[in-house]
Amino acid sequence: MAEGKRDIVDILKAIDRRIIFLLIALAVILPLVFHLVFSVHSSPIVEAIFDKIESLPPGSKVILSFDYGPSTVPENQPMAEAVARHVLHKDLKLYMMAVWATGPPQTEVLIANVIETDFPEKVYGEDWINLGYKAGNQGLINAILLDLKGMYTTDIHGTSIDEFEMMKDVDNLTDMSLILCIGSGFPGMREWVQFAGDPGDIPVAGGVTAVEAPLLYPYYPRQLLGLMGGLQGAAEYEAALVTKYPQYKASSEQAIQLMGPQTVAHLVIIAFVVVGNIAFFAERRRDRRRKA
Amino acid sequence: MAHTIELWIAALLTFMIFSFLYKDNPFYKFAEHLFVGVSAAYWMVIGIWSTLMPNLVARLWPSSVSGFINMPEDAQPEYHFIIPAIFGILMLTRLIDRISWLSRWAMAFVIGFAAGTNFTRYLQSDFVGQIYNSMLPIIVKADGGIAVGAAISSIVLMVGVICALIYFFFSKEHTGAFGAASRLGIWFLMVTFGAAFGYTVMARISLLTGRVQFLGEWLTSIF
Amino acid sequence: MRVQIPLIITFVVGIALIVAIFVPHDPFHRMNEDFSVYFDLIAVFAFILGGGNLLKIHGNRISRRGRDWKYSVVTVVGFLAMLVVGAFKIGGPPGLTGDVTADGSWFKFMYDSIFVSCQATMFSLLAFFVASASYRAFRAKTKEATLLLVAAFIILIGRTPLGHYLTGWLPQPLQFLHIPNLSNWILSIPNMAGQRAIMIGIALGIISTSLKLILGIERSYLGGESK
Repeated sequence: MAEGKRDIVDILKAIDRRIIFLLIALAVILPLVFHLVFSVHSSPIVEAIFDKIESLPPGSKVILSFDYGPSTVPENQPMAEAVARHVLHKDLKLYMMAVWATGPPQTEVLIANVIETDFPEKVYGEDWINLGYKAGNQGLINAILLDLKGMYTTDIHGTSIDEFEMMKDVDNLTDMSLILCIGSGFPGMREWVQFAGDPGDIPVAGGVTAVEAPLLYPYYPRQLLGLMGGLQGAAEYEAALVTKYPQYKASSEQAIQLMGPQTVAHLVIIAFVVVGNIAFFAERRRDRRRKA
Repeated sequence: MAHTIELWIAALLTFMIFSFLYKDNPFYKFAEHLFVGVSAAYWMVIGIWSTLMPNLVARLWPSSVSGFINMPEDAQPEYHFIIPAIFGILMLTRLIDRISWLSRWAMAFVIGFAAGTNFTRYLQSDFVGQIYNSMLPIIVKADGGIAVGAAISSIVLMVGVICALIYFFFSKEHTGAFGAASRLGIWFLMVTFGAAFGYTVMARISLLTGRVQFLGEWLTSIF
Repeated sequence: MRVQIPLIITFVVGIALIVAIFVPHDPFHRMNEDFSVYFDLIAVFAFILGGGNLLKIHGNRISRRGRDWKYSVVTVVGFLAMLVVGAFKIGGPPGLTGDVTADGSWFKFMYDSIFVSCQATMFSLLAFFVASASYRAFRAKTKEATLLLVAAFIILIGRTPLGHYLTGWLPQPLQFLHIPNLSNWILSIPNMAGQRAIMIGIALGIISTSLKLILGIERSYLGGESK
């Protein structure tokens, strides 16, 4: 090829990034439009959470902390709803709180999608309670490890905490059988392990965004008994739940539905990396030939 | 009706932000600046109503909040809460240049608390805890015999932790056996970063999928 | 006074909290409880400081007609609108007595229509940039980079249902090559090893920095007058 003429390598190098943006957008849009759905199989690290909740006797106290915001709802909300469904199905006591200020609105979404839909017979204050958000990040976790009612004097609606049946025998976090954190950064899972799980010897599990998941593997399995990582983790928990309890199939497959676009987009990303490297090495070989 | 207006405003702002993908433009800047203002106020309001009012004002002066916070009728003021009130006000002096040095007293409390708690928590969970977690049995028995796979995995994990730690030890030159271990540590770290990249891609795609799903709901509401 | 008193406060609070771990009885237990609550309350004042600072910076820009001052008007208007509807719980059925995010409140309306959409969309932009970076920047120039990419590919395929379909047919003795099993192993062993080493290194750094802060050796948080 004569110098100065554009070849395939030059074309590949000069692709406008907006073309790449368009391709990735199509990779997500088309599977959603055509309802591309795959079956999902759970992994041991997710099954550990499922098995733990399965093993808890009815009446055990489980705290569910909403430590995420609207930016990570596609990953975190399905996790929260799947575990909440499981906890309530097993007749465990669900204590909901938040260490992020954007957590309470997500709690409201869960109440509408899970409790009011699948468990309308559950009684507020006896089977589940919404404690809401308190500021302080890791300071809040440190405070409620010692004295939960010292910080949570009321529930989210302003009702005195002592008026609730399920709060009567709760002094601090060590009264909990399991801490479930659904997180997406700081403060989140790491702080729950450091400030509650380890000092209080309380089992900690939950789900985080895919960005954070690999960072938490060092805590598994001794300090963190299980972990849902990203959308795949949420889908795996949903798959485990729906396999054991098929009655929740219609309402508990949000993450499984989204794995179709996820899979296609991953393939497109791999294709980008491969094509980019082919262009790079082809250009290097071409330049060496020209010099020779 | 309110839900429809909310949906349309949300969709409009979504498109305004997505327009950045074409190029930076006034619509994106408008949405970005609006978000900054709204989010700052959100955190402030939520902090005040969820924590400041019930946990500080109601404790120092119960009668002042009786109209909107449920307090026991015989609630007595807890005067030691004047300490965080004073520190909080000192923190706000940062806004006034002449007396902003007073905010350091509040910062000192915050720093002291964070340093004091982090010292023990990181020592327990992230240092001693991780060393303990790395001490795995090499001979793992399963089904009446030895689980060779688990044994190999334990050895690989222990070797990986040690070699990666050696890589980060810059006080000694990386030569000889030490250098070889350091190079092996780099390989383990490359796998770590590869896993992190894979998961990062997964996370970002999930967020886009969620947003596209919302736009689908908005389109469905039109038709 | 400007330096000594903050150093004394940091020292007393830090030491009290460390001692409380080893002596979990009064007065240290009580100090641990109380200091945790005080910290949480001071955090709220930090939010108020953030809001005040935002008004100060953008207010100055508007008054001086600085660069992009018109967008600062948008910021200030958005901030004040959200603050007023939230502080006075305008529009919510329970009024001042109810939850600030009650259904029907203007605060919730602004949160759902503005905050949620803007934050979610800004984060979703990252998907496009990660795709662009994958095409332009990730090059297998060295053996280490190749290993990084191979690990990334296994994770990308293994963490989707595609991994099961691609290698689900492998016989039992070769199940360790089944892509989901391979990706789980990569995460649980080499990834865990690398992350653990990084975690230990960071922990040592935080422990030493915490000690330096408590003992007053590290004074950067005091600003220019720390000397």
